[in-house]
Amino acid sequence: MRKKEMIAMLLAGGQGSRLGVLTAKVAKPAVAFGGKYRIIDFPLSNCINSGIDTVGVLTQYRPLRLNTHIGIGVPWDLDRNIGGVTVLPPYEKSTNSEWYTGTANAIFQNLDYMASFNPDYVLILSGDHIYKMDYEVMLDYHKANNADITIAAMPVPMEEASRFGIVVTDDDGKITEFQEKPPEPKSNLASMGIYIFSWPVLRDALLALKDEPGCDFGKHIIPYCHGNGQRLFAYEYNGYWKDVGTLGSYWEANMELIDIIPEFNLYEEFWKIYTNTNGILPPQYISEQSVIERSIICNGSEIYGEVHNCIIGSGVTIGEGTVVRDSIIMNDTVVGKNCVIDKSIVAESCKIGDNVTLGIGSDVPNKLKPAIYSFGLVTIGENSLVPDGVQIGKNTAISGVTVKEDYPDGVLESGETLIKAGEMA
Amino acid sequence: MRAVGLILAGGNSNKMRELTHKRAVAAMPVAGSYRAIDFALSNMSNSHVQKVAVLTQYNARSLNEHLNSSKWWDFGRKQGGLYVFTPTITMDNGYWYRGTADAIYQNLDFLKKCHEPYVIITSGDGIYKMDYNKVLEYHIEKKADITVVCKELAQGEDASRFGTVKMNDNMRIEEFEEKPMITSATTISTGIYVIRRRLLIELIEHSAEEERYDFVSDILIRYKNLKNIYGYKIKDYWNNISTVEAYYQTNMDFLKPEVRNYFFKQYPDIYSKVSDLPPAKYNPGSTVKNSLVASGSIINGTVENSVIFKKVFVGNNCVIKNSIILNDVYLGDNTYIENCIVESRDTIRANTRHVGENGVKVVVEKNERYAL
Repeated sequence: MRKKEMIAMLLAGGQGSRLGVLTAKVAKPAVAFGGKYRIIDFPLSNCINSGIDTVGVLTQYRPLRLNTHIGIGVPWDLDRNIGGVTVLPPYEKSTNSEWYTGTANAIFQNLDYMASFNPDYVLILSGDHIYKMDYEVMLDYHKANNADITIAAMPVPMEEASRFGIVVTDDDGKITEFQEKPPEPKSNLASMGIYIFSWPVLRDALLALKDEPGCDFGKHIIPYCHGNGQRLFAYEYNGYWKDVGTLGSYWEANMELIDIIPEFNLYEEFWKIYTNTNGILPPQYISEQSVIERSIICNGSEIYGEVHNCIIGSGVTIGEGTVVRDSIIMNDTVVGKNCVIDKSIVAESCKIGDNVTLGIGSDVPNKLKPAIYSFGLVTIGENSLVPDGVQIGKNTAISGVTVKEDYPDGVLESGETLIKAGEMA
Repeated sequence: MRAVGLILAGGNSNKMRELTHKRAVAAMPVAGSYRAIDFALSNMSNSHVQKVAVLTQYNARSLNEHLNSSKWWDFGRKQGGLYVFTPTITMDNGYWYRGTADAIYQNLDFLKKCHEPYVIITSGDGIYKMDYNKVLEYHIEKKADITVVCKELAQGEDASRFGTVKMNDNMRIEEFEEKPMITSATTISTGIYVIRRRLLIELIEHSAEEERYDFVSDILIRYKNLKNIYGYKIKDYWNNISTVEAYYQTNMDFLKPEVRNYFFKQYPDIYSKVSDLPPAKYNPGSTVKNSLVASGSIINGTVENSVIFKKVFVGNNCVIKNSIILNDVYLGDNTYIENCIVESRDTIRANTRHVGENGVKVVVEKNERYAL
């Protein structure tokens, strides 16, 4: 009988709506990070680096980019005869067909997939965090404690603890209590949404709660198991872990990569992050006139202008006379000549015309979605076109093919949003 | 596809000096992210040649490592695939490959088992893009016995390291000289041939009986009046890297926008083994002008008119000019390198100075590297 000691289930179906136009067309795990990578590369690479060769990726929201990125799993060595990576979308059943209504519901709908590998343990991951973790060490901890469920948790500053799901433990790491966003936290250990379940425990809990609407791990499964007196342990993690759920934290986490010795170091030999480069292999070209300072730049890009404190993806062109500062420019975007780009996020395959200025004016809150488009950023969604000569303010969002007429007097004031239908062919 | 591919990657070149001490020419890193054989392999793959044999002999370890998986060139197939043939001792043969024809002879069983009617033969050290189907169509149209892909040399270019040809108006090759000391010919053979598989087997077997082992002198030149050998002229970029100067020049050619555009931007792509390196990083103090930088490199110093291969570390206040730094080189602080090729995996200590005074200098220091 086929047997895998531990398999991973990676939840990658969420939109990540707080990333605004960046996730208008792709699921959050497929958003580019650190130039050539995508957010999902981090948990996928962690899996293979931890010796887990069977990973189910649960997709739902806009899965095309994820599907093409993952393919048969070649970049992560997850193309296997038995196991490997399998993309698991919701599917129609003879009765009770439904979308994935919650994290645990999604896993429940794939009980057959998990059972086919006859696992002892199931690792539940989410596809939207940046970190390196050896899940094998966590599994050893799970076994040593004879645990039913182990939850990875990290210490956060006590004053921020009320923003998280908090676990309270005894001296042995055994969980005694859960507090969801508590006003007065009893501990500063925040759950990271990474769980190891002993397989029978997971299966029984999912079956018991199968009719729970929107069944969720944090809200339903974990409290249910805790209530049944099962052994829950917290696995304390002290490394780098970043939730890139908002544009501000996404921008900041990218910028941290360009420190001289970054806290999250992509250059380490022993824990490589793998990605699908989409066939873009050539070296980058830096021209005679260009100036580059404190930046990381990916394969096949051509730089003719100035780049300061930037993350530049693969296949990007930065035109002559253009100055880019504190910005993220994703794969295959072309920036024209004599532009000035400050503190912007430009998504994939955009075209920015000549003499364009991004990030001017004062820090006025966004009128449409002040909670999303803030931090003084200019955010441009993928496949967008920005015409020659326009000026764009702070806390703005642009998506689609825009023309000069969309910019009154050639300016998009700070705080404005410009979403147009259509995209470049 | 109607053809099977043969890549002759066995040759050694002493004109590459120290660079081929540890690898075959076909395994030389080229253009920052590639190795020479990637070009022939990608051309095969892009021409839908699904079955390719690489014949290799000298210093094959590096080449074998590069070819350890065939999936990067899309040869991991049920139909066809990538075969690497090194010489083996058998019941009836105990020799190394004594020449290109002998290399094919020793693997004749492979050719006999194929069912494809044609064979495309190419070398592993050519840097070019080609749709072999076009040559094959020409070959059929001309009713040729052998078709040789040829190129006009630029004015003043030295022909003495190539095979030179002279053709009549009908493109039939009438004269063929191998590495002539002096010649009036300006057309050279690129070492790319198309031939019917059965004819190749016949010619190779006949040569072997006569104890003749070289494809060019014992087949092409010897048979040129007997068989219809035609030339197929190309105008696109083609270079081979069999000397240090040619290797240097070929790499520097990639600093020209038209060459980059031709190889990197125009369909189809050149494939290579994926090395999973992070983006290149430019720290404060770095100045880079007119250069290519491959992934995994970290730049702290000055780089001008150079090609920096993968995973190179350039220390503080370093100056690199008109040079090629091969994969995984560590350059200590204040190093000055001009007009050099620095061999891969080397460690250059701080304050070192290397300048190629008369032509390009090959730097091989073989220093110990202390883990950082």
